[in-house]
Amino acid sequence: MKKITLLALILSLGLLSSFVPLGEGYKVGDKVQDFNLRNVDGTRVSLAGQKEAKGFIVIFTCNHCPFSVAYEDRIIALHQKYAPQGYPVIAINPNDAGTVPEDDFESMMERAREKKFPFAYLHDESQDVARAFGAARTPHVFVIQKDKGDMLVKYIGAIDDNTDDPSAATRKYVENAMEELIKGELVSLSFTKAIGCTIKWKK
Amino acid sequence: MKFGFRHALLVFLGLNFSAADAQMVKVFKFDELTKRRYHAHDSIVVINIWATWCKPCVEELPGFLKLEQEFENKRVRFVYLSIDFKRELETKLLPFLRKNQISSEVILLDEPDYNSWIDKIDPSWQGSIPATLITDAKAGKQLFHEGELTYEELKSMINPLLP
Repeated sequence: MKKITLLALILSLGLLSSFVPLGEGYKVGDKVQDFNLRNVDGTRVSLAGQKEAKGFIVIFTCNHCPFSVAYEDRIIALHQKYAPQGYPVIAINPNDAGTVPEDDFESMMERAREKKFPFAYLHDESQDVARAFGAARTPHVFVIQKDKGDMLVKYIGAIDDNTDDPSAATRKYVENAMEELIKGELVSLSFTKAIGCTIKWKK
Repeated sequence: MKFGFRHALLVFLGLNFSAADAQMVKVFKFDELTKRRYHAHDSIVVINIWATWCKPCVEELPGFLKLEQEFENKRVRFVYLSIDFKRELETKLLPFLRKNQISSEVILLDEPDYNSWIDKIDPSWQGSIPATLITDAKAGKQLFHEGELTYEELKSMINPLLP
């Protein structure tokens, strides 16, 4: 009886879909446009406002997504490790609170208090920043480095290669990128993908 | 005769439509998944990538299950590819399937380095779930959708592929 394998299907068909255009947004090397968003502490945060920073670890994340929650402690650790070296984490919640009430500003303030977030946790209420970046899921990381007057994207993707178990992660994508950046080297793996929650766009 | 063949097919596919309690979830690595064999005349395979923790995935599931029943005799195969963590197979995935009386083919993909296989499913996939891949071997077509699909949307994707 004739049988086919899924591999054969995917391999033979994969090429056909490769013309599908990637989502809009930044690619590695692109210049980032500044933003100005409300932080959970009531202040407003922009990139230009942080003159002493050498760059930023911008992470689109949220309250409700289990994969975002799984990474919270690792996001805190990234900030604690790299903020003193000039690269603070800036977390941005892009979700429409009308779709997911757990992602409204009040709940963000509450979560930031509970977890004692040491970094800015910003509310992208208009979703314009997520759209400009091309954020496609939570969590979704964009490492940015200042270069003369510009802010350039140096890494886009996942935090590491094991959502469930940090101790089993063998490839720490963001940390590797940061170490290379800080040494002035090119980021060897500048784009990765990961499973995450969809961004809840306003309807 | 017809029943015999159909029965043999069901046994071959490891399916059991009668008892939800007997739900078996295969745990696969990615290469095992790609070697998964389907009958060539099950030309159209709908692969829904989901997880029990994913709210929009769970919300779209009834539409998929309904269409799976409707297309049962039209050689459209439905596979539910769960990316729940393997350690939660017994505590979350199986209880969810039992509670919702889902006896369809569910495969748990135990492959934590998502970056290593997302592009192999579809290069346009950003990694958010739900996501749905429809392959039509005979027509040499592959459709991919990232995000939720309603019953109507999924039906309108499958219908043009039917003979």
